[in-house]
Amino acid sequence: MEKLLALIFVYIFVENFVLMRFFGICPFLGVSRKMETAVGMSMAVIFVMTISTLVTWLLYTYLLEPFNLLYLQIVAFILVIASLVQLVETVLRKISPTLYQGLGIYLPLITTNCAVLAVALLAVQEEYSLLESLVFAISAAVGFSLALIIMAGIRERLELANVPKAFQGTAITLITAGILSLAFMGFKGMLSI
Amino acid sequence: MNNMLYAVAVLGGTGIVFGVLLALASKYFAIESDPRVETIREILPGANCGACGYAGCTNYAEAVVEGKAPLNACIPGGSQCAREIAAVMGQSVEEVAPLAAVVFCIGDREKAAERFIYHGIEDCAEAEKYCGGAKACPYGCLGLGNCVRACPFEAISMGAHGLPLVDLDKCNGCGLCREACPRKIIQILPKSEAGHLVLCNSHDRGKSVSRACTVGCTACRICVKACPREAIAIENNLAVIDLERCDDCGECAKACPQGTIHPRRRVAEQSRARVG
Repeated sequence: MEKLLALIFVYIFVENFVLMRFFGICPFLGVSRKMETAVGMSMAVIFVMTISTLVTWLLYTYLLEPFNLLYLQIVAFILVIASLVQLVETVLRKISPTLYQGLGIYLPLITTNCAVLAVALLAVQEEYSLLESLVFAISAAVGFSLALIIMAGIRERLELANVPKAFQGTAITLITAGILSLAFMGFKGMLSI
Repeated sequence: MNNMLYAVAVLGGTGIVFGVLLALASKYFAIESDPRVETIREILPGANCGACGYAGCTNYAEAVVEGKAPLNACIPGGSQCAREIAAVMGQSVEEVAPLAAVVFCIGDREKAAERFIYHGIEDCAEAEKYCGGAKACPYGCLGLGNCVRACPFEAISMGAHGLPLVDLDKCNGCGLCREACPRKIIQILPKSEAGHLVLCNSHDRGKSVSRACTVGCTACRICVKACPREAIAIENNLAVIDLERCDDCGECAKACPQGTIHPRRRVAEQSRARVG
């Protein structure tokens, strides 16, 4: 139990996937323009990360490891994540159009998100149990969402700020992201696993 | 050797399992979509301006096919678009009159007084929040270009003296500028160059209007008396011309002591010349 709580804290704050490990920078910069899209993307990431980690963990433990096929890890994981997202999308569209509409374009987009693959790879590399892997995946996704939503909030305000011409657009976004990352360094060393 | 076989078997097996799952899912969870939605979406201009009241062209197309939306709701597409949609749907449709935006303020920086120099954010809504904007007239155009930024068709540009100019060739009356203007100075009228308009938005009393602006309507009633067809009425301290009754005789424009009334033809010519 203690380890699970530690996992949650560490992967939301101390080892935040975006701000400390620099995974998933593309969606972090791409969809953080508006709060609405940031929330949509966050929900989709939480959803996909949890499901894909569950399946990749099973695949790793019951197929790859017994057959000594660890070198196939990345290929197999990508295969699983891509088809899984596709499958979930098809099913979701039929049984829950509201959720499908809510997640929208972000669901297929995050198939190729490195953060999703990283969670799957790290879960087996750190030799987490199935439950630990799931908690790890959810916390990493929540950490990603936290970073994305904070960023969206800042950027909505930046829209109305008087930014010097040379810093307008991507420049000020990257500077903001850097400062945000520095702020998260404050958590460094508080807890480790 | 065995190792290689395992690799092929595991990866191939996983691939086949997921392939079959995907195939089954697409069969059992298939959604029937109407091919007409796609056809109508291609007819529509694709600007996603939202003038029809739906979020985008695709949403509108879906609503049309479901019979929820009128066939002629697409304002940018005009009657041409409505006819094509009607042909797809097998229905007939009445003509849509083309519309255009008109800016009801001619008090530019030279003609209208300013109370202070505004150095804030270039945004009309923000300026309005700051002591009601720099203009002495609380109804006049703030000239910071929210309408210019709102227009998806680049039909509005900011003129030299801080008033927006509407390019009538590009404007299709979608009304996004009207929504963007915090003072609701822009109105959407039928796209025609006939008739005269009182180009003022001020509901203040005559005295405050003439203090704030040299071309504002003071509701002096001279035009009401001058009009031979009784097309002009004073509503809430502002003269309003009924375009259906106006026969473009121009008596009101001649009589107006402030020079607030202009023929639409001249407005169009001026904006054409300046946008040029």
